[in-house]
Amino acid sequence: MADFTDGFWNLYIALLTLLSIAGCGLLLWSQANYKAAAGSTTGHVWDDDLTELNTPMPRWWMWLFWITIVFALGYLVLYPGLGSFAGRLGWQSASAYRRELAQADAEYGPLFAQYARQDLRVVAADPKAHAIGERLFLTYCAQCHGSDARGNKGFPNLTDKDWLYGGAPEVIKNTILHGRNGVMPPMGAALGADQDVENVAHYVRSLSGLTADPIKTVFGRAKFGACAACHGADARGNQALGAPNLSDKVWLHGGSEATVMETIRKGRNSTMPAFETFLGEPKVHLLAAYVWSLSNEPTKVAKK
Amino acid sequence: MNSAAPKSQVIRMYAAREEIHPREATGRYASLRWVCVWLTQLVYYGLPWLGWNGRQAVLFDLGARKFYIFGMVLWPQDFIYLAALLIICAYCLFLVTAVAGRVWCGFACPQTVYTEVFMWIERRIEGPRSARIRLDRQPWSVDKAARKSAKHAAWALVALWTGFTFVAYFTPVSVLAREVASFALGPWEGFWILFYALATYGNAGWMREQVCKYMCPYARFQSAMFDQDTLIVSYDTARGEPRSARAVQTESKGGGDCIDCRLCVQVCPTGIDIRDGLQYECIGCAACVDACNLVMDKVGLARGLVRYTTAHAVTAGLSAGAIRRRVLRPRVLIYSALLLLIAGAFGVSLALRLPLKLDVIRDRGAMGREVENGMIENVYRLQIMNTAEAAHTFRVGVTGIASIALAEPVEAMLEGASARTLAVRVRIATGAGKPGSNHIAFELEALDQPSLRVRESAVFIVPR
Repeated sequence: MADFTDGFWNLYIALLTLLSIAGCGLLLWSQANYKAAAGSTTGHVWDDDLTELNTPMPRWWMWLFWITIVFALGYLVLYPGLGSFAGRLGWQSASAYRRELAQADAEYGPLFAQYARQDLRVVAADPKAHAIGERLFLTYCAQCHGSDARGNKGFPNLTDKDWLYGGAPEVIKNTILHGRNGVMPPMGAALGADQDVENVAHYVRSLSGLTADPIKTVFGRAKFGACAACHGADARGNQALGAPNLSDKVWLHGGSEATVMETIRKGRNSTMPAFETFLGEPKVHLLAAYVWSLSNEPTKVAKK
Repeated sequence: MNSAAPKSQVIRMYAAREEIHPREATGRYASLRWVCVWLTQLVYYGLPWLGWNGRQAVLFDLGARKFYIFGMVLWPQDFIYLAALLIICAYCLFLVTAVAGRVWCGFACPQTVYTEVFMWIERRIEGPRSARIRLDRQPWSVDKAARKSAKHAAWALVALWTGFTFVAYFTPVSVLAREVASFALGPWEGFWILFYALATYGNAGWMREQVCKYMCPYARFQSAMFDQDTLIVSYDTARGEPRSARAVQTESKGGGDCIDCRLCVQVCPTGIDIRDGLQYECIGCAACVDACNLVMDKVGLARGLVRYTTAHAVTAGLSAGAIRRRVLRPRVLIYSALLLLIAGAFGVSLALRLPLKLDVIRDRGAMGREVENGMIENVYRLQIMNTAEAAHTFRVGVTGIASIALAEPVEAMLEGASARTLAVRVRIATGAGKPGSNHIAFELEALDQPSLRVRESAVFIVPR
């Protein structure tokens, strides 16, 4: 409870609180012993001639006031409220949250644990696990990859067979657990002139069968050596590095000439966050099985 | 309440409650009240035990957020019906109060009903009014202790049963009974059974008229709905006064019909004297009417010295027919018209309610994307809620722009009373639709029941 920068304010608040409660008690006590003549008025006159009779309140009502005072004191002893005093119970909203989390884990943990023990391919074939995975995906993954998992510009499509880091279920799980950081360095300076960037772009587009200037393609192929370190001499990419296959029709950031040139010139930096600490391994297990099932037919595999 | 006290008396600002020992009233209105007690309580205590389709007929499953009322399953989305129901109840109260005063208070209010039950128990154990007063004045004895503890034990039993019944509307009664039998109640179930029992015991046993006088907001604002033609329990001053004992009356052959037997005061559950005129404490229970009629029968005078009548009728001496004709006054007609309108709309809306709901959420991550053959694709999440208790398979359709279609046909099976989220892709041909947002609509239709279909509008975005 370091909310106060100075010990004075702690005392100030605590004293004010206690004085207010004592003041309420004093008022109650004095009023309980107040007597008035029956039929007398409170002295309050409004709208010319309306007055208020001094009619007694029921006594149980007064006891309710005393009960609130006792409750307030009891509360201040047990719970935080009196300055920086933490209360005898040591209650904290953070610990209450952690307790709820622990309760949820105790309730749903066994179900997740049961799937976590199974092979990912078996989990993928389980319709109940699929439904859980779908819900998890819609909650945690759909923001970037889309509700249909078909991705978005800069965020890969998870329903095709084209994988940046590999499509085996274990690799997918690893990707979700630890995240990925896909870096394409800016190659503009390394390639030289802007004309070279354009040539390489035409060469790369030609690999996917897109329209490209044949002369620029030839010049681009000569410069592709700078890219081959990651994308390979045949431009088929390298899943160990997350370097995409440039010879297929899948374009993570877009396949137009301008976009490819921009990618080459400025590079790309894509991040898949790590979910291990956030979701925990058992949930990631279900998610990985679900994602894998989007591009595979799990029932056939499981029956083998 | 202090009108009878001398002016010079000194009062304290907090007055102790004066115990009221109402005498038992018998007669037409007392019987009517017992009919109300039986009707309301048979429904209240009996409903949780009623089965329907293999489940409890009326069950409010807070955990699953599903509210079963006979053949109907309401979801949190249907909360509007609760609001409408409360509005209907409010208008019923307005209407009834404008016509007949606080009859709700006197005959059907739970406070009155449980007080009636508790007073019945009290009479069985402690005896009639005079015996109860005597018992209270007595010093403690074995007999007094035995009677008092028997009364409180009986009250506690009724109260606990009431609390149990209350919670049985939220936890299935079979489960709850098993939990109670094995002392395995959940903390909240235990709390609510005890809390509701304590409230019943305290309010019907101890607080009684104090609830109506100091706690209940309706008691106070119902007075604002009274007018000169509202039926109220009234003492006929012109006929009754000057009041005097029977012996004096027969001797002098004069005076009013009131023989000042004070029975009307003794039966009053709120401890007032109706002969002082309309008072805010009066709950319109007509116990004094029953008591006075009985006395009038005995002394051979006409009934109705204390009766249900209107302020207007007393001053102008209207006949019963004239009172009835005055019921049809603008205030009553307006209340009735509004009530009929709202209740009608409520009924129609409930009858036409489809047990199927559809929410459409467009994926915000992407505007629209270009797919094969230059088609434009948008992605949507469909939240489908099958609120019926039978499983259905639904077909998704989409309309609104020429050439609009789903990327692949979508059919979804939903279990009874379940929800499911589907991601669907919608495509239009190049050039169809205008750049920017286009209005489209999703349609959901049950394959086995074509009448079970909903339509939900959405937006399709074509990139500029």
